[in-house]
Amino acid sequence: MEAGTSVATGSRPTIGRLPAVRRQDVVFENGLRLVAGLILALIAFFFVRLYVEASPAFQRFGLFGFVTTNDWDVSRELFGALPLLVGTLITSAIALLIGVPVAVAAALFASELCPRRFRGPLTIVLELLAAVPSVVYGLWGVFVLIPNLQGFERWFASAFSFIPFVGGGAVRGPNYFIAGLILAIMILPIVSAISREVIATVPQDHKEAALALGATRWEMIRTAVLPYSRAGISGAAMLGLGRAIGETIAVTLVIGNAPTIGKHLFDQGYTLAAVIANEFGEAANDPIHRAALIAAGLVLFVLTLIVNAGARYMVRRAARGVRAPSGGRAAAPGAAAA
Amino acid sequence: MTEVATKAKRVTLGGLNAYYGDSHAVKGVDLEFAPNQVTAIIGPSGCGKSTLVRCVNRMHEELPGARATGSVRLDELDVYGPSIDVVSVRRTIGMVFQRPNPFPTMSIFDNVAAGLRLTGTRGVKLRERVERSLIGAGLWEEVKDRLDAPGISLSGGQQQRLCIARTLAVEPEVILMDEPASALDPIATLRIEELVEELKQRYTIVIVTHNMQQAARVADKTAFMLSGELVEIDSTERIFTTPSDSRTEEYVTGKFG
Ligand SMILES: Nc1ncnc2c1ncn2[C@@H]1O[C@H](COP(=O)(O)OP(=O)(O)O)[C@@H](O)[C@H]1O
Ligand SMILES: [Mg+2]
Repeated sequence: MEAGTSVATGSRPTIGRLPAVRRQDVVFENGLRLVAGLILALIAFFFVRLYVEASPAFQRFGLFGFVTTNDWDVSRELFGALPLLVGTLITSAIALLIGVPVAVAAALFASELCPRRFRGPLTIVLELLAAVPSVVYGLWGVFVLIPNLQGFERWFASAFSFIPFVGGGAVRGPNYFIAGLILAIMILPIVSAISREVIATVPQDHKEAALALGATRWEMIRTAVLPYSRAGISGAAMLGLGRAIGETIAVTLVIGNAPTIGKHLFDQGYTLAAVIANEFGEAANDPIHRAALIAAGLVLFVLTLIVNAGARYMVRRAARGVRAPSGGRAAAPGAAAA
Repeated sequence: MTEVATKAKRVTLGGLNAYYGDSHAVKGVDLEFAPNQVTAIIGPSGCGKSTLVRCVNRMHEELPGARATGSVRLDELDVYGPSIDVVSVRRTIGMVFQRPNPFPTMSIFDNVAAGLRLTGTRGVKLRERVERSLIGAGLWEEVKDRLDAPGISLSGGQQQRLCIARTLAVEPEVILMDEPASALDPIATLRIEELVEELKQRYTIVIVTHNMQQAARVADKTAFMLSGELVEIDSTERIFTTPSDSRTEEYVTGKFG
């Protein structure tokens, strides 16, 4: 939203009439302001529109009640979105937990460790992952992951049953873990691409400083590369989170679509996005059902706004650590990435 | 602080060649950096001074396509020998860069501690070594009350002394300085030059400079390079008064470069 004010004029100050060039700048600046304003207005419009459409559900269940009630039952016309919200949060968290370390590792490998001639191909393969349609990921989950990971999941559930939420129940075919794993793969390309860009901004100076102190490659990454790119990598993770929260088709194929809060990692569940996609057709003739689905959409919308705000806050806070307080020369990498 | 002059190590280059891909940047240089002396390397821009010193601690090979042949000896030890660990070479032969480059996310303390932490130094010993290094770099009095401030909050000259402290902390035998004062103002430059004088009590020092007055002020010996070749090395006084090669004379009297 700062687009309107960041137009550099670069011309020397002159006394007297505005020269033509300056007038062009003014027009340009106001044009950008207008576009930025329109986008804001559009978002506000979305929000209001969704709220109006969803209001029957909020009237019946209460704004707070809708989000905190653990009961989504279409046949009894009870719509409490807590199981969906929890499902969305759990699957997204799993996606981050698995996806971000792998993505950052891939980015580090591609930019710092891998022999130069393999860097191109590796990057292309990573980016190809982004080109796979999400329904294909979903089907792959159904036909490949679910049948083949059963054994692993059972072993994991019993070996790590001391961790809360991991053990303590039968491993279901479709479940939170499978959904999270699919999401992890889906966020991999964006998180690793942005991380790679951020890592590329680490000045050679700092890397050489570490090497000259007798750092190994890995130690150089730890002392010079990661601290410098921390802010940008958090931003990348948040963008991945945004993607995971909103993902619909792939998730709905592998999560089991059970509108209850699963008792453990390998139990079935549901997410906000999946419920909307699945139930919108049948809800056409049922105003309260329809309103409840739109309300779920609104919750999803607010959730992504919160994630985005969180990403900006984190990036800004982390970037402050990098920037020199007295106007030094170290830039804040990745501030633009979010 | 009573400094007993300790014997540092001698660096001997034999037939050193350095390449960037096909371009031949250092051509068959034989040179000796004597212990507890300051050797200056002078020469016009692009003559291979930086490349030469980067070969000494094996930083040259970090660049893609870069390689070096010939030998670099630290006393008797061949730095390029097959069983030699580069990491230990770089710990023994420290380097200070042209632009002050403290780690931007780290405090003053952590910057000095960075290299020590890599070797697993912790606790009281770490604090002592950091203090000793900052004293050695002549920065302690200025920063002792704000060790937690970011390293990049210091002035340029202080940042460069911080980088020197960071290098001293890992206890090298040799310190390579590549135009360490060229980004600094005259007063900060003077501070660095005084520091170089003190440091030679304990280390072998090589200082690349494009500033001939600086070489004349700090160096015991001066080497003159041209187009990747070593023209001559001699006592600083002789290089600036009665050099044996006419090209050196032309350079030091300002006829080119
Ligand atoms: N990274 C590099 N890649 C290719 N050529 C380089 C690189 N760095 C330096 N050179 C070349 O090597 C020669 C010596 O450079 P350098 O050692 O930096 O000179 P000096 O430090 O004396 O100014 C120059 O011709 C320069 O263009
Ligand atoms: Mg140079």
